[in-house]
Amino acid sequence: MIPLWLYLVMAAALFSIGTFGMLARRNGVAVLMSVELMLNAVNINLVAFWRYTNPTEINGMAFAAFVIVIAAAEAAVGLAIIITVYRNRHSVIPEEASTLKG
Amino acid sequence: MGDASLSLILAFIIFTILTLGGALGVVMNRNLFRGTIWLMVSLFGAAGHFVLLSAPFLAAVQVLVYIGAIAILFTFAVMLTRSLTQISDRFTRLWWNVGGAGILFVVLVGTVILPVWGGFTPSNDILFANVADTTQLGIALVDRGSETTQGFVLPFELASLLLTAAMIGAIVIARDADDDEKGKRS
Repeated sequence: MIPLWLYLVMAAALFSIGTFGMLARRNGVAVLMSVELMLNAVNINLVAFWRYTNPTEINGMAFAAFVIVIAAAEAAVGLAIIITVYRNRHSVIPEEASTLKG
Repeated sequence: MGDASLSLILAFIIFTILTLGGALGVVMNRNLFRGTIWLMVSLFGAAGHFVLLSAPFLAAVQVLVYIGAIAILFTFAVMLTRSLTQISDRFTRLWWNVGGAGILFVVLVGTVILPVWGGFTPSNDILFANVADTTQLGIALVDRGSETTQGFVLPFELASLLLTAAMIGAIVIARDADDDEKGKRS
């Protein structure tokens, strides 16, 4: 079977790509998509550790299911905020929504 | 080791290419609509990894919820905000962030993955043998749990409450103001 470290390296690479996208992209929608990539990397890690340590228990799968629920909620609220900011300021660049900046 | 293990390795390589290539497409693509398509590719690769890790239910949920709902939501957001043509430069502080992500990857591999390198041999080689299945997951999610079994009914209810609150919040945030509200404001 595939050794565990291959899954971990793959998930770490996915997480790093997501981090890069979250920090570097200027478009707010792209930032949210990168956050989804990071959540996916976490999910792969959870399921891989569950499979390789105690696959007869249920906890790894349950936590991965909860992460998917949180990701759905996060995407819905984040996109609603982006659409509202776009409607008010005609911009999807997070740096330009700086009314609250001191 | 034999044909089965070779095909497993081949499937792992294909799904890894899908996942990482799709992720690179998401963060590098200038056209955000194509970015959402790449996001679907990446999520599909992750679903394949779930199948390889003997979690077929999570793979199905991944395809239904992520590709079927979240990626479509992103497509709508891209189209509603005209973010395809509006922004001339894609990145801020590009090389600083490339370096930061590279350092993060090295730190993750060095401090988290190196200690378990070679450890954790899988408890059995067969893909779905002796692994907790969907029935057990469904029971555990609505079970209170006891000293021997695990139950996740409280987090399950909290997650459903959170999802409801998030949906109502999304509607309230994204909704345009009513006519009478606009009258009050002006």
